[in-house]
Amino acid sequence: MTLRVAVVDYGAGNLVSIEQALLAVGTRPMLVRDGEALRDADAVIVPGVGAAEPAMRRLARAGLVDPLLRWIALGRPYLGICLGLQLLFETSDEDGAQTFGVLPGRTVRLADAPTLPHIGWNQVVRRREHALFAGIAQGADLYFVHSYAGVPEGPDAERMVLAETEHGSRFASVIERGNLLGVQFHPERSAGDGLRLLANFARWATALSAGIGAEYSPVGAGGTSGGD
Amino acid sequence: MLRRRVIPCLDVADGRVVKGTNFVDLVDEGDPPELAARYANEGADEIVFLDITAAPERRGTLLDIVERTARRAFVPLTVGGGVRSVLEMRDVLRAGADKVSLNSAAVAEPGLISRCAARFGRQAVVVAIDARRVPAEELSWEVVVKGGRETTGLDAVAWAQRAAELGAGELLVTSIDRDGTRSGFETDLLRAISSRVRVPVIASGGAAGPADFVAAVRDGGADAVLAASIFHRRIHSIAEVKRVMTEAGLPVRAVA
Repeated sequence: MTLRVAVVDYGAGNLVSIEQALLAVGTRPMLVRDGEALRDADAVIVPGVGAAEPAMRRLARAGLVDPLLRWIALGRPYLGICLGLQLLFETSDEDGAQTFGVLPGRTVRLADAPTLPHIGWNQVVRRREHALFAGIAQGADLYFVHSYAGVPEGPDAERMVLAETEHGSRFASVIERGNLLGVQFHPERSAGDGLRLLANFARWATALSAGIGAEYSPVGAGGTSGGD
Repeated sequence: MLRRRVIPCLDVADGRVVKGTNFVDLVDEGDPPELAARYANEGADEIVFLDITAAPERRGTLLDIVERTARRAFVPLTVGGGVRSVLEMRDVLRAGADKVSLNSAAVAEPGLISRCAARFGRQAVVVAIDARRVPAEELSWEVVVKGGRETTGLDAVAWAQRAAELGAGELLVTSIDRDGTRSGFETDLLRAISSRVRVPVIASGGAAGPADFVAAVRDGGADAVLAASIFHRRIHSIAEVKRVMTEAGLPVRAVA
């Protein structure tokens, strides 16, 4: 079965790259512009760059916020890329936007960054192993383009951080909670290792959808972590 | 640690990659998506794609080439040339570009930088600055537009600072005096700008060999270095440039 991956299209920027990358790793990407279309998907990717407030406004206008929150609450496979990761937190310091709030914490400006925006290839250093990283070297270079990053808070904060990256100070570059994954870099623009990560996501999501090898529990129901 | 980037530049005219000296005497260098894919495989950290004809009637051709390029190369793509509005920028991003570079239109109307940054985020807005040394003056450069054919009276360093304040996420700084001459990057110009802005600076114009890339970073303070003809004509490979940068102690992404 070919994994159907919904790519949420809320009118911001380039979707050609993620679509092409998903094709390249053997999935079937579907650009989704309303909540209804999510019904046919096996996994969801929320891409995006830029500011949180206009993104939330567009998602709300397309009627996508509640369907996405339901998707997450059901523990279905989700990958947020860049802004799509930041939106999972409660608020963004960039413009004060209220975001999804499914992860405790906020999105803040990178502290002590020598250059800003943080643009270019930087090392992703793993704190824990995960199926997402199969075949990718520890400390591999992936492509970043952002000025803000999500900071997890609360008792689970430490456990949510799968990997970190340093630019002036360290920030969380891969986040996991249950079946919710988020990466601050752009796998669709990160050459071979980026494609490998998307292929790993597809394999993980396929196993999850089939109920094999990974738990399928609602986020927050038991603090399970879809670990190694 | 953040890597210093090596960026091949594809100057595109009428759907083909071209290269000339000081923006004239253009020579055909190949098919844009083909070259972009080759460079991505050879370790390019990004691809920059400048439509140097940028005639409005060729918009469709450009968007088609951007999309074909984006589908071939899984590295970031910056597209410049003739973008004059938020809507045109949206079209180029939708076609598959990650960043759009603004040049003459930003000089004519600086507010365009702010509007594009507000809509797409500053990380998507590159401001390209073509600078020419002011004769008889020490360390002074003037902004030129229309491929160097028109002067503006703007001081290049002051304009760079203003562009960054208005919302540019990156500055692509080209020395028109050096462009196409293979006489090395103008590191004084790069240093004058990189020491005064916080956004990344991309060095452009004059690459002859790997040592020039090292100088652009070490002496010029550039975050990324761009070149065209030395790569198109296979005078030097990206791997060779990165090897020399590594030997000089600069952090670069390994070529797979």
